[in-house]
Amino acid sequence: MPQNILLGDESVALGAIDAGITAAYGYPGTPSTEILEYLIDRAKDPGSPRAAWCVNEKTAYEAALGVCFAGRRALVTMKHVGLNVAADPFMNSALVSVHGGLVLAVADDPGMHSSQNEQDSRFYADFAKVPCLEPATQQEAYDMTREAFDLSERFAVPVMLRLVTRLAHSRTTVTADEPRAENPLRRAPERSSWILLPANARRQWDGLLRRQAALQDWSETSWHNHLELVTTRHDVGVITAGIARNYLREELRDDLPSHLHIGAYPLPVGLIRTLARHVNSIVVLEDGQPFIERQIRGILPGPQHLRVRGRMTGEVPAAGELSPDVVRAALGMHRRPSRSLAGVTVPNRPPQLCDGCPHAHAYKALGQAIAGMPGAMVTADIGCYTLGALPPFSIIESCVCMGASIGMARGAADAGVRPVVAVIGDSTFLHSGVAPLMDAVAANADMTVLILDNETVGMTGAQDTAVPSSRLEAIARAAGVAPEHFHVVDAHPRRVDDNAAILRREFEHRGLSVVIARRECKVAAKRRARAGAAAPLPCERAPQREEVAP
Amino acid sequence: MKFDTILAGVGGQGVLSMAAVIGRAAAQDGLRAKQSEVHGMAQRGGAVQAHLRVSDDVVESDLIALGTADLVLSLEPVEALRYLAYLSPDGALITSSNPFRNITDYPDLPALLARVRTLPRAIVVDAEQLATQAGDVQAANTVMVGAASHVLPMPPEALEDAIAAMYARKGPAVVELNRAAFRLGRGAAEAATAGAVEAGR
Repeated sequence: MPQNILLGDESVALGAIDAGITAAYGYPGTPSTEILEYLIDRAKDPGSPRAAWCVNEKTAYEAALGVCFAGRRALVTMKHVGLNVAADPFMNSALVSVHGGLVLAVADDPGMHSSQNEQDSRFYADFAKVPCLEPATQQEAYDMTREAFDLSERFAVPVMLRLVTRLAHSRTTVTADEPRAENPLRRAPERSSWILLPANARRQWDGLLRRQAALQDWSETSWHNHLELVTTRHDVGVITAGIARNYLREELRDDLPSHLHIGAYPLPVGLIRTLARHVNSIVVLEDGQPFIERQIRGILPGPQHLRVRGRMTGEVPAAGELSPDVVRAALGMHRRPSRSLAGVTVPNRPPQLCDGCPHAHAYKALGQAIAGMPGAMVTADIGCYTLGALPPFSIIESCVCMGASIGMARGAADAGVRPVVAVIGDSTFLHSGVAPLMDAVAANADMTVLILDNETVGMTGAQDTAVPSSRLEAIARAAGVAPEHFHVVDAHPRRVDDNAAILRREFEHRGLSVVIARRECKVAAKRRARAGAAAPLPCERAPQREEVAP
Repeated sequence: MKFDTILAGVGGQGVLSMAAVIGRAAAQDGLRAKQSEVHGMAQRGGAVQAHLRVSDDVVESDLIALGTADLVLSLEPVEALRYLAYLSPDGALITSSNPFRNITDYPDLPALLARVRTLPRAIVVDAEQLATQAGDVQAANTVMVGAASHVLPMPPEALEDAIAAMYARKGPAVVELNRAAFRLGRGAAEAATAGAVEAGR
């Protein structure tokens, strides 16, 4: 069997290919990005599944759902907060009767390495009442991805594959199995099972509720949920989920207490009860939020003899990711000695915009334009330009979720602030900025939208945007922005003064204005140069992209 | 046998390619390896580290525990010190002496390097100077892999071959340049260790 050195993300991608998917969709987001990057790279080979970045996670999820609607298998990928955007199709897809396998690979970011929160996607799987698989190793990521497609078709539900940063971004050897062929085209056997009119939806919901017992039976016997009782020991038992098992085995290699590992949800209730009868206390080790611990603990007092320890009791910190040392402390083991150098303080080195980044030139112009306007407010969004919060710029005042810059600017303007500037990148604008721009147009909100168009999805490593930058003008204009208050400027260092003057004029205008500051991202330009002189310019690439787009 | 390395540097310096070379050499040598990387925002000029774990047995954790690393290998002197808590009391620290000054509160360099040299098993290498000598200052990370080969468990030939394989598509001149950079780095680490022994440390 072929061996590959793969990231956890890439293991999911290869597992999906070998599971016979027809297509894969996603929106870039750390730590999930490399799943679809691998698939897009492979899509160049004839006979490989289609793979495409979409405008946002919701459209990606819906495209994947359409593939399954046609009876074929599809993978959809996103980061944890992306699932908030795709929550509408996700929750409702649990009620249709999936007959082509649908797998959602979602990568959580405990510790918030590259995210604005550490929400735990297992709550979403539970909320939607769909199964969830949580790999502990790259090999499991491959195997579970394949199994997830089978499960999806067996139980007629979408299946979530939950990853965390440390697995997504760690590489090791993975053995692949024989690939499976893709499904033939097949319409839904029962049309009404995909039309969620209330009468149908009630029937589908009943069906999903009835299938929970079968899902529970599957979970109790799944080899991903494994209980090992140590007959001579009753003081403590450990429950691990996902990669927590690696840390436990690392720290207690030869001296494991009774141990239940959970890699498949719904929770294996019977196995948990068996462990609870055998021990006096349970330590719960799970990366993310206390999903298992909270359910075990419940509200009413449990058996008197049993103590449950974890994030809710402080043995494991309530926030932040697990590590071998966090697990060590939770098990009551001391911290190991290490090398140290007394009296040396290591300065922080936060990330910063690259040398010559066009965002820096745009921020310089913005800084000049708002100088002397103490009432000015700058909302911003998610991307490299969020680094405008740090010195030397220190110019943006908010970063909440994709697209919030524009909606919040409208609200701030309504509240009486002036001038208000919403700073948003090109990809974020396409993702979630168009809808709030329409709101702002409808209200003729007294605000300026500054679109920092670097012609790529920069922060996640320069992926192509779903539609090229050349279309941004048409999209913004079509939303109804007045032509005299719409400008496209070059974010060149020599244009800073001119650009500042244009911004200043628009701040003085009482009403909505949009300024697009355009210049290609340095990283993307370098990547394009590396790809060879034959690569077309970004504005010329559009037709090719449409070929692979859903 | 297990050998845990923390690789450190600033985003864009080549921490991940350094990890890729050593990981490739470990695989060639029949060892098991896990390599945990930092992607995303930190890669934009921030502090970046990779955990590389190599063993002849199963590697469980993707992360290295505090006080257990056998080596901290750094492309930048301040970054070398950021991960000292990971270094085992008898671990080695190998760092480039060349500062990457993209912060305003960068410490006094000669004082910093003097303090680093007080650590047992610390080796400081002027990677940029040796890379320039090999033909291209960009090969500084190859110099550092060469310096690390002095303590890494795989044979230096395996590391050099992994470097050659990594740069093969860039042509024989680049391969030779990187081989030279590797050997200069290895020589510098050997000389530094011999010097330390002579000095009675």
